[in-house]
Amino acid sequence: MSEQDKAENEKPEVPATRREIPVEVVGTRRGMFGAQGTGDTSGFGGLNAPIVLPGPSERPYGGYFDEVADEFEGALEEQGLDVDDVIEKTVVDRGELTFHVAREHLLKAVRILRDDPALRFELCLGVSGVHYPSEAGRELHAVYHLRSITHGRLIRIEVTAPDADPRIPSVVDVYPTNDWHERETYDFFGLVFEGHPALTRIMMPDDWLGHPQRKDYPLGGIPVEYKGAQIPAPDQRRSYT
Amino acid sequence: MSSTQYEAGSRETTEGRVFTVTGGDWGEVAEAVAGADDERIIVNMGPQHPSTHGVLRLILEIDGETVTEARCGIGYLHTGIEKNMEFRNWVQGTTFVTRMDYLTPLFNETAYCLAVEKLLGITADIPERASVIRVLMMELNRISSHLVALATGGMEIGSTTLMIYGLRDREVILDIFELVTGLRMNHAYIRPGGLAQDLPPGAVDKIRESVRLLRSRAHEYDKLAADNPVFKARLVDVGFLDLPGCLALGATGPILRSTGLPHDLRKTDPYCGYENYEFDVATADSCDSYGRFVIRLEEMKQSLRIVEQCLDRLKPGPVMVGDKKIAWPAQLAVGPDGMGNSLDHIRKIMGTSMEALIHHFKLVTEGFKVPVGQAYAAVESAKGELGVHVVSDGGTRPYRVHFRDPSFTNLQTVAAMCEGGQVADVIVAVAGIDPVMGGVDR
Repeated sequence: MSEQDKAENEKPEVPATRREIPVEVVGTRRGMFGAQGTGDTSGFGGLNAPIVLPGPSERPYGGYFDEVADEFEGALEEQGLDVDDVIEKTVVDRGELTFHVAREHLLKAVRILRDDPALRFELCLGVSGVHYPSEAGRELHAVYHLRSITHGRLIRIEVTAPDADPRIPSVVDVYPTNDWHERETYDFFGLVFEGHPALTRIMMPDDWLGHPQRKDYPLGGIPVEYKGAQIPAPDQRRSYT
Repeated sequence: MSSTQYEAGSRETTEGRVFTVTGGDWGEVAEAVAGADDERIIVNMGPQHPSTHGVLRLILEIDGETVTEARCGIGYLHTGIEKNMEFRNWVQGTTFVTRMDYLTPLFNETAYCLAVEKLLGITADIPERASVIRVLMMELNRISSHLVALATGGMEIGSTTLMIYGLRDREVILDIFELVTGLRMNHAYIRPGGLAQDLPPGAVDKIRESVRLLRSRAHEYDKLAADNPVFKARLVDVGFLDLPGCLALGATGPILRSTGLPHDLRKTDPYCGYENYEFDVATADSCDSYGRFVIRLEEMKQSLRIVEQCLDRLKPGPVMVGDKKIAWPAQLAVGPDGMGNSLDHIRKIMGTSMEALIHHFKLVTEGFKVPVGQAYAAVESAKGELGVHVVSDGGTRPYRVHFRDPSFTNLQTVAAMCEGGQVADVIVAVAGIDPVMGGVDR
């Protein structure tokens, strides 16, 4: 062993200087063929593969994404905000730019995105909810798409909330178009948009119990008879997911 | 009508007296209200009212003839399409989305397929011929959707001729759809990776002939409605919404273009090769229902231009991606009862090739896997920006599909357009928005 190798081996372990990359695991895929409930005789039944969402990206992001990220981060700093507090991570995947924003800073962030002349995302394309039951502490995601007609750009903002405290600030003050979109997401996912002028159900009847598009809400459905055979409801059929 | 029957039409509730009116008996309501201390009435229009475009419920607070508050009640046609798609494979999704906005089925299918293809990373692999046929079908669909908008809008203000003209011309387009996809609606023709099948023999000639026919009839709408003083008196300055209002409320499509902003995703964010076609974006600067009407007329003419360019660009080639792990294995054919499996293909897999049979079985029952991630794709539908947010967990089924339907967002403008106007103008304003409840409620 040379002197240099010895020196390196003796070096005390230091924490990595790079920020730890949070891996977003949203579930586990078991077996090889996705069949559930039936005997998987393939021998691959014990296979466990984590389902990992695309992780944070390294610069350069490519295209106009770097410019948008620079302007956005700069504008946040101008407002006296710590960029790392506001933007949890920036993901570039499949040619799309996503900012994961901490929910407490959402309103400030979208206001900057709309009003900053270099950003000018004047059109909000609504909010879409996604429910990841196995992502502890970040079960509910609210996904916003923002379009800039001025600059011809499109970005995505993603905000999360835990199931135990499903509150996200409403952006209706900044984007009035989200009035119905937030009501829809509340109706289907139980996400409470704080500050919304009238957060009531929009699709389901007012006295409906539960939020139908959550993953723990069953599809329902009844078996159907077809040419003499009973066809089970779609969620009861043998399936390969 | 005797007084006892009249009493049966009204009842006392905690919210005051409620009248049930089915048409023609407004006089009795007016008479009864005349005795009340104010003229403020809350009118529930719909959800079953012919001029509310399907099951839309309008809640109007009126003071005399003036609408002081207007609200929409929606959800009567909610069918849980987004939830249902999470229990079917990716290809089956097209069968659901085509039923959302039933007047723009091919836009729904294309938007969904573009999003799935983005997730699969095969956007660049879609054959040229498939993209051209997608554009062709979408533009024909734009015409048929606009024709229904004009027809129903005309009927609602008493112009039954406009309705007959619109539905007559729409029939020409539906005949093309039937020839190509086997069905007049609910096509499921555009599939992830390409198309269900190629154009049938004779389709190109039929489309050319139809384009000629539609173009020869285009001037009838100008003559009948666009320059008609009675028609203009009903539409001009009604349903006013300016540019800041549109952007704040997220209105897109003809509503946004009626403010003079030429925002059209086909130009600003092209997909399916729209950058290769020559067409103009129709705009108006009146911000009113008349402007939207004129834009729809002009867009139909532009769509005919694009359809002709599509026919010229059609070159022989495949209509599905080459990847056999994604491409639907069956060779479909249009039979007398709609689209179904081609008998030749069934004979081949059942009789001669066991591997093909296994492959077919796996892909049809199980489907293909889509890598983990999310994607957003948007198309300029006849009504505005139709966006799709698709999430995959790496399985053979969508983890989440969300549609940003333009009708849903555009319908939010009802309050801004109608409040302060007359009751009769509500109908015109809603017709200018052209909402389709199948898309709004999904």
